[in-house]
Amino acid sequence: MNKLWLIIKREYLTRVKKRSFILATILTPLAFGIFFIVVGFIFAYESGETKRIAVNDPGNILNVSKIPNTKSITYSKPDKNLEELKKDVLEKKYDGVIAIPVISNLYDKKIEVNYFYEKDQLDIESQSSVQKSLERILRNYKIRELKLDKKQLDALDTEISLRTKSVLNETKDTSKQAAVGAMIGGFMGFIMYMTVFIYGTMVMRSVMEEKVNRIVEVMISSVKPFQLMMGKIIGVGGVGLTQVAIWAILIPLISIGVQLFFGFDAEQMNSELGGANMDQDEMEFFFQQTMKELGELNWFMIFPLFILYFIGGYFLYASLFAAVGSAMGDDLGEGQALTIPITIPVILAFYIMIAVLKAPNSNLAVWSSIFPLFSPIIMPSRLAFDPPIWQIVLSIAVLIGTSIFAVWLSARIYRVGILMYGKKVTLKELGKWMFYKG
Amino acid sequence: MNILTLENVRKTYDKHVAVDNVSFNMPKGCVFGMLGPNGAGKTSLIRIITTITRADSGVVLFNGEPLNNNHPSKIGYMPEERGLYKKMKVGDHLLYLARLKGLSKSEANFEIKSWFEKFGIEDWWDKKVEELSKGMQQKIQFISTIVHKPGLLILDEPFSGLDPINTNLIKDEIDELHNNGTSIIFSTHRMEQVEEVCEFIVLINQGKNVLEGSVKDVKNQYKDNLFKIDYDGSFPEELVAQTKIISQKENSITVQLQEGEDSNALLRHLMQKNVHIHSFNEILPTLNEIFIKKVESSNQQNITTPA
Repeated sequence: MNKLWLIIKREYLTRVKKRSFILATILTPLAFGIFFIVVGFIFAYESGETKRIAVNDPGNILNVSKIPNTKSITYSKPDKNLEELKKDVLEKKYDGVIAIPVISNLYDKKIEVNYFYEKDQLDIESQSSVQKSLERILRNYKIRELKLDKKQLDALDTEISLRTKSVLNETKDTSKQAAVGAMIGGFMGFIMYMTVFIYGTMVMRSVMEEKVNRIVEVMISSVKPFQLMMGKIIGVGGVGLTQVAIWAILIPLISIGVQLFFGFDAEQMNSELGGANMDQDEMEFFFQQTMKELGELNWFMIFPLFILYFIGGYFLYASLFAAVGSAMGDDLGEGQALTIPITIPVILAFYIMIAVLKAPNSNLAVWSSIFPLFSPIIMPSRLAFDPPIWQIVLSIAVLIGTSIFAVWLSARIYRVGILMYGKKVTLKELGKWMFYKG
Repeated sequence: MNILTLENVRKTYDKHVAVDNVSFNMPKGCVFGMLGPNGAGKTSLIRIITTITRADSGVVLFNGEPLNNNHPSKIGYMPEERGLYKKMKVGDHLLYLARLKGLSKSEANFEIKSWFEKFGIEDWWDKKVEELSKGMQQKIQFISTIVHKPGLLILDEPFSGLDPINTNLIKDEIDELHNNGTSIIFSTHRMEQVEEVCEFIVLINQGKNVLEGSVKDVKNQYKDNLFKIDYDGSFPEELVAQTKIISQKENSITVQLQEGEDSNALLRHLMQKNVHIHSFNEILPTLNEIFIKKVESSNQQNITTPA
């Protein structure tokens, strides 16, 4: 036990003290911060140029009103015919001319409008802006000409807010539960997926290095191969927890810092992205509801379970990676083929997770959250959807059992593999090693 | 008292028999040569003794007790395939290995410091292993093998990859450890190294123990009764007729005595004939010759009587 502790300590400390670890741990959240700043700037970016567009309106559709200017377009309606205006465009008085045709049939639902320019084509955003402005103008024109009551017309558009409630508890509005659950679930599933890969391969590489370095035989003349393997798995796992914990603190701090410093936040970004369609009330409701849902999630259940799946999944995959690492020789490329049977279930689990988030109580979701190679990724993604207790218990029992089995199995392969040099190892060979004695 | 006793030790990998019913005794405090060609099963045998692997069958006694988990801390093992963690500091590395051998932190610190003083390398403590030259790393490797004062030291091909300076240094250290009562196993396929340092040998070939005993006994057992005589004057005619002459040069002759013939009688006879003798030496076979002879004959047997 004392020796195991010494090994864990070394494996942990040598990694945590490494400059590359410190850099990666600090720079990753910073990179996130910079990413958000850059994205924020990109969305806030406006070309700064204003387009001058002349409007040709022989049918006098605009009547007394004019097309309202936008941030990037100013409209004017000079008293000239289309040919004169086109000449003005060539003389650079205007960037372009919109020719609104004379409307002969008020019941036409489709009208073509020409825009003439010299060199500067309308960009996508301006095109849709012009289109929207014209649609509004034509709508007003038609209301006027058809002598409709604008008030009655406005009453036709009804906005529906769907509020879902369980018959068991009608006071609770659960309409944002699905979205929030998917968000939290996706986040947790993604973290599991990343950690299994990052720290699993870290274990594998380190086992391989010890073998290639020829230190391993010196080591196992003092300690049991099992102690060496477990020490490494636990030590690297500790490194993983440390890194995730530091990120869990740094990322929110940095994002708050970014918000304070640059004065924009997710809400604003959302509105820039097209949230413009969502009115202020709906927006407020969305955020209130999301925060409420987040608060109402059973964190005392979710968080410990997440840690449990993290540990179970990590031990399961890290020990398999250790076994593969022990079978690898000096030739990394050759050994890479051996990792495929491990990486495929992880990647598969990730894609299943995406399907599961859409239908968290489907058969696929239930069975894949019990199957131990998938459950460490799938079950955490379902936790926010309140899966039945029996599924959680069964899934954890199966996972723990499988992890212990995987550790045992890997230890048997590992103890043979680390002493095997200069042999191309196949999966079949690995299978044989399991049955070697002592 | 034997520090190590092996009885019918057998180890198989898959279908390959690596160690085939090997038995031998190793007296306490001796330098013991474990000889054999490459692939003979020496390393497999050592791995059993160091508890890295377990024998399929047979008994290994260490100081009279069957091998158990306390024994690795009493054994120092320098494997043929050896190395260090490149990124670790030398001092930390030695501390780590010493503590894994069961030394407390202060004991380990004290021992390592005294070795550093002995080798005059005090300033290496904070260097990284990768900053050291190969020869320097070998010194560190050696210190790590003996820092816990093992009762049994096992050196697998200890001089392979060593430069002459380190070879001598380690030879001297081995002598000193030997004088202090450490039992040492030397495993090698290079006989000339063993000849000068070992008192006992065991010869392993194809997993089997083909020869064992003290170096002196083995040599006597395999000697051909050859004597080389350097002399002045003329060699007596009647002796030339009576004895079997193996080779003859000017003032030097090599003869083989037959069963029952006495070397003293030959010497006396020569002196009576007033032959002026410079030297009179028995030619003993080198371990190398015995080794080759034994290996070839045991391989022959295996060919004629396939297993």
